[in-house]
Order: sequence, then structure tokens, then C-alpha cells
Amino acid sequence: MAAGAASGGSATTDTYKEARTWLLLPAWVTLSILVLAPVIMMLIYSFLTKEFRGGVIWEFSLAAYDQFFFDRGLFGDDPPKIEWTYVTIFWRSIWQAGAATLLSLVIGFPTAYFIATRSENMRPVWVFLITIPYWVNLLIRTVSMKFLLRDQGPLNDFLMSIGLIDSPLHIVNTNFAVQLGLFYSYLPFMVLPIYAAVERYNFALSEAAADLYASKWTTLRRVLLPAIKPGVFAGCILVFVPSMGSFLAPDLLGGAKNFMIGSLIEEQFKGNAGNWPFGAAASMILLSMVLIILMFSARQQAKADKAGG
Amino acid sequence: MSDTENIAIDVRDAVKRYGDFTALKKISLSIMDNEFFTLLGPSGCGKTTLLRMIAGFEAVTEGAIYLYGDEIENLPPNKRPVNTVFQNYALFPHMNILDNVAFGLEMRGTSKSDARKKAGEMLELVQLGQFSARKPSQLSGGQQQRVALARALAPQPKVLLLDEPLSALDLKLRKAMQLELKHLQRETGITFIFVTHDQEEALTMSDRIAVMSAGEMQQLGAPTDIYERPHNMFVADFIGETNLLEVSVDGIESGRATCHLGGGHELTCNAVEGIGLGSKVHMSIRPERLYMSDTPVESESLKGRIKENIFVGTDITTIVDLQDGPDFIVRTSNSDRGNKRIFEPGSEMYVNMELGAGRLLVD
Repeated sequence: MAAGAASGGSATTDTYKEARTWLLLPAWVTLSILVLAPVIMMLIYSFLTKEFRGGVIWEFSLAAYDQFFFDRGLFGDDPPKIEWTYVTIFWRSIWQAGAATLLSLVIGFPTAYFIATRSENMRPVWVFLITIPYWVNLLIRTVSMKFLLRDQGPLNDFLMSIGLIDSPLHIVNTNFAVQLGLFYSYLPFMVLPIYAAVERYNFALSEAAADLYASKWTTLRRVLLPAIKPGVFAGCILVFVPSMGSFLAPDLLGGAKNFMIGSLIEEQFKGNAGNWPFGAAASMILLSMVLIILMFSARQQAKADKAGG
Repeated sequence: MSDTENIAIDVRDAVKRYGDFTALKKISLSIMDNEFFTLLGPSGCGKTTLLRMIAGFEAVTEGAIYLYGDEIENLPPNKRPVNTVFQNYALFPHMNILDNVAFGLEMRGTSKSDARKKAGEMLELVQLGQFSARKPSQLSGGQQQRVALARALAPQPKVLLLDEPLSALDLKLRKAMQLELKHLQRETGITFIFVTHDQEEALTMSDRIAVMSAGEMQQLGAPTDIYERPHNMFVADFIGETNLLEVSVDGIESGRATCHLGGGHELTCNAVEGIGLGSKVHMSIRPERLYMSDTPVESESLKGRIKENIFVGTDITTIVDLQDGPDFIVRTSNSDRGNKRIFEPGSEMYVNMELGAGRLLVD
């Protein structure tokens, strides 16, 4: 394409260029309406004044961001102190999403490897089986999980009946329950990209490593993982990003103590008690955080690639 | 006892089955220390399966494999002191050339700096010293081939296994690499087991060749043995070009067999054990053992007419029509044109050969 543009001038290049502009138009329109416009709207709303019954007054204000970072007392006239509440929620979200991502990786990688090493006609069957549970609504699945994990639930009954524990494990309303919920919600997003990468992997490389005296573990670490890294990276992003903004699993499985950023934002837009500019500001902060984390890991990845060379 | 010590790889009654399919039917062979040994055969003959069983990538269904007297068929590949050069090289794409070559040494416990130093020396040996910082994808096929070789030789294996390593190279490069491999084998003194489907390659490089077909060994011997004294139809046909004639054995006397070719033509050749009077078998005559003349020169002369002359660079191939008999292919080397005659198509002449040129084959 670059070569075509450089040669320029000729009739075919011009026609080609024109056709390209028109053909790309639907994509640009879709992106603008579905991505750009909502983000700009959210950015604008985050700088407006709140209306008490929900909604906004069209008047510029920094109150939403101020509320997120500073505590000015009950009546708003104390000297500003740093507000830790929301930063803590944020930090917890990152941590929870990270733990869920790690859990998905630990379970998802062997699963993906297993599927990718089946015979060619069995692979689609396994992929299909992986997706079946996800035909059920996420809300129903998360609620069911709560029932499975609660103190008098089947899991605790089972563990007590085989004598592994004496009293029920309190799983519901803990950080761990939220991690389990997030893990279960987004597992396929980890499995599928890794599966695609392992399927393309040249298994002769593993044979070569074994031939050169590498153990199975070393082969995995030094040869397989570096080769499928893009797939692993994609899987981690696809689990981490939605986990960070998720509110179903934290709400239903985590209880009030384990509030995450998604729930905080959801609260601001629900019913009459909300605060739209504050919700918009929190969303903007979430968006920036995710972008920063992505950019940081992309840079790390590029650096690691260079160091390997 | 000294004899068994000289055996590098001893395969005893090795069988490989995949479900109902038998890929290898009871193969036994001994590969000597310091030998350049070739497994030759068409694709699907089991040669690669046998090599992968020695490397440890395929389990042995029945039988045993010994490496310098130690039974190895149950060891995983990373516990066998043999290394492989893979068909498509299988270089680690994310490591540079130096790290690729150092990998095996590092895995054997050599410190990273020592491994790299030795890897550098190996790269010098294959004339790629200046490329050590490059990634495999930045090298040509021939260069990748040398890296694969250096990587497999670096840990100083007791036996080097080569799985059709030259098949992806163009003809000229392949010829150069054949010589280089042969030199490398002599210099290092390591036993090489080489798998190929290219008979010319096998004849050029090997000390001994095992010709395989359909999971069985057809013949084992030095290149000249296999070329000049093929046991059966398959070997005669697979190795080089040959005239395969249907003959009936009419008389056997003092080690000579008189054979009838049809159309009243007769040839005498050495009798072969297992082929008796009256047998209908095949005879193989190499085209370069034949020559043409105006009048019968040898006792073994057949009258015929020239159909066609084909110029193939170093040789001229002539197709001769024997009246009422089979067609013959005669090859005349261009360097011999002073002594040997070429006839115009259509002319009548005699095809001559020495007494031992024809060889009877067990089917």
C-alpha cells in the first residue's frame, strides 16, 4: 500500500485510493458511533454538575473528580484531605482482576493445550463443549455459583461428607469468591486465543528441545511459552479488562465489603440516588487505568522480544 | 566382545505398530561406530519411523534398541545421548543463532558463558561465525541447515541422526552440503545415521546403506554392493536406472545361467542361489554396462535397431529395439565417445556386454 501511495498519480492508484476511502467508510462510521461518541459523551458528562434525581445540569464542574480524590468533610467546606475510599476500590479491582486472570491462565493454558493436541476432527468438538456453559445467562450462572459455594451449599456438604472439613468453609462474600466468579465468567476468553496459538505451534520445536536434553518443564518454559506468547498475552487482556469493570460477580459473590469499581459505577446510574458525573468520572479513570496497563504491558512485551534477539 | 563394542546402534527385532497398521516389521540391524549409515527408501517405507524410534520420539512396540551396549528404547529423548538434525531444521525462532546452538550444551549443565563460547566455535566450524546474533528467520535455507547441524553436534552426541536434512535445499547447495556432511562426519568421528529417499545422495555419502520398503529391510550393504549386486526387483529398480528384463532360466552349468529373453535372444549371466532351472524371473542390466558396435564383439551380443538418442548432458541415452524382444536402454558417457560408437536412429547394430553385467533377481 505504501508503495502504491509513493508511486502516486497513476489512474489505477487514484481509483484504488478512492475505492479504499469509500470501502472503509462503514467501519469508520461504526467505530465513531459505537466507540468514539460514547467515550466523548462520558468525558463531557464527567465535567458537568449533578442533578439530585439523576441526570445532569449543563454547567461545567470539577466536582466529580474532586469527590473521587479528595475528602472535604460532610458539608464540603473542610480543608481537603486525600480520599482513600475510591482509590482503595480501584486498587482492589486491579488486584481482583489480576488474580482472576492468573487463575484463568493456570486452568486455561492446560485446557487449551489439551484441546490443541487432540486429533484434528476432535478439536472443534472440544471447543464447542467449552462454550456450552456460556449459553446460559451470566446472571443465572453467577447466582448459581453463589448457591453452590454458600455455607450450606453442595460444595461444603460434599467436603464435609468425605470428612475433609468439619465446619463449612466460608467462601461466599470473600475476595476469593469474587475471583472464582470472574474466572468462571471469562475463562473461554483465555482458552480460545491460547488454543489458536498452540494449534499453530510447530511441535517439532518441542521435539528438538527434548532431543537437546531439555526436560518437559524446561521445554515448556524456554520453547513453547515464548512461541505462543502473543496468544497468552491476548488471553490475559481479554480476561483482565472485562474483569476489572465487572459488577455481577463482585455484587453477588463478594458482598458489600468487596466492592469493585464496576459496582461503584453501576450504583451511580441506578435509580434516583445516583450521581451521573461521578459515575462518568469513575468510568474515565477506569478507562485511563486500563489503557495505561495495556500500554505498559505492550511495551514490556516489545522490550522482552528485543532482549531475546 | 570387541565386535559388540564397535556397534554404535543395535536394533533388535524392532516392530512398530499404529493400531492395525504395521509401520516396521521386525527390523534388526547393527550400525558400527564411526560409520556413515543411510536408511534409504521411498516415503512411507518406515525409515523415518526407525530414526524417530532411535531418537526416542516414537515408542518401540516390540524389540529393543541398544546404544553402545546400553538398552535405550525405554528412555525419553532427553535422556538419550543422540542428537537429531530435523527435516525442516526446527530452529527455535525466538532465540538467536548462538543461543540455538548453545541450548543443548546448557541443558547438559554447561555454564551459560562456556556454552556460548563452545557454540561460537561450532558456528565457526560451519562458517557462520559472523551470524551468531541473527534470528533463524534472517538466514537462508542453507544457512539454517548449517545452524541445525551445529546445534545437533555441539553437545557431542554419540550418534547423530539426520532426517532428510537436505531435502529442502536446491540441487547445487545439496551437492555442496553432501560433501560437507561427509567431511564433518570424518572430522568429528561421530556415527551418522542419515535418512533419505534420494538414492544418489545415499550412494554418494554412505559407508553402508539399508534399503527399506513397506516396513521391511530389502538389502543392507556398501553402496557398490547395492548398486552392482541388488538382491531383488525392488532394490534394482529403486537404486539407479536399470534394464529390467523378464527372462526364463533355460540352463545352469558351472555357475552360469543361460536365460531366454523372448524373440530368440539369449544371455548368459552368473547363477544366483535360489533361482533354479525353468524359473521365470527378472534380470537387471545397468545401462552403462552396455555398449554398441557394428559386429558382435563379446559373447553376449544382441542384435537390435536404434529407436532414439537422448542427450542428457554428461551422457547419451540410447533406446534400442531388439527385434521381437524387449527395449534396451544403453548409456554412453560423453567422455567415452572416442572409444564407443553412437548410431543414428534407424540403424542396425549390436548391443554388447561383459558376461557378469546381467544380474538375476529374486522377486
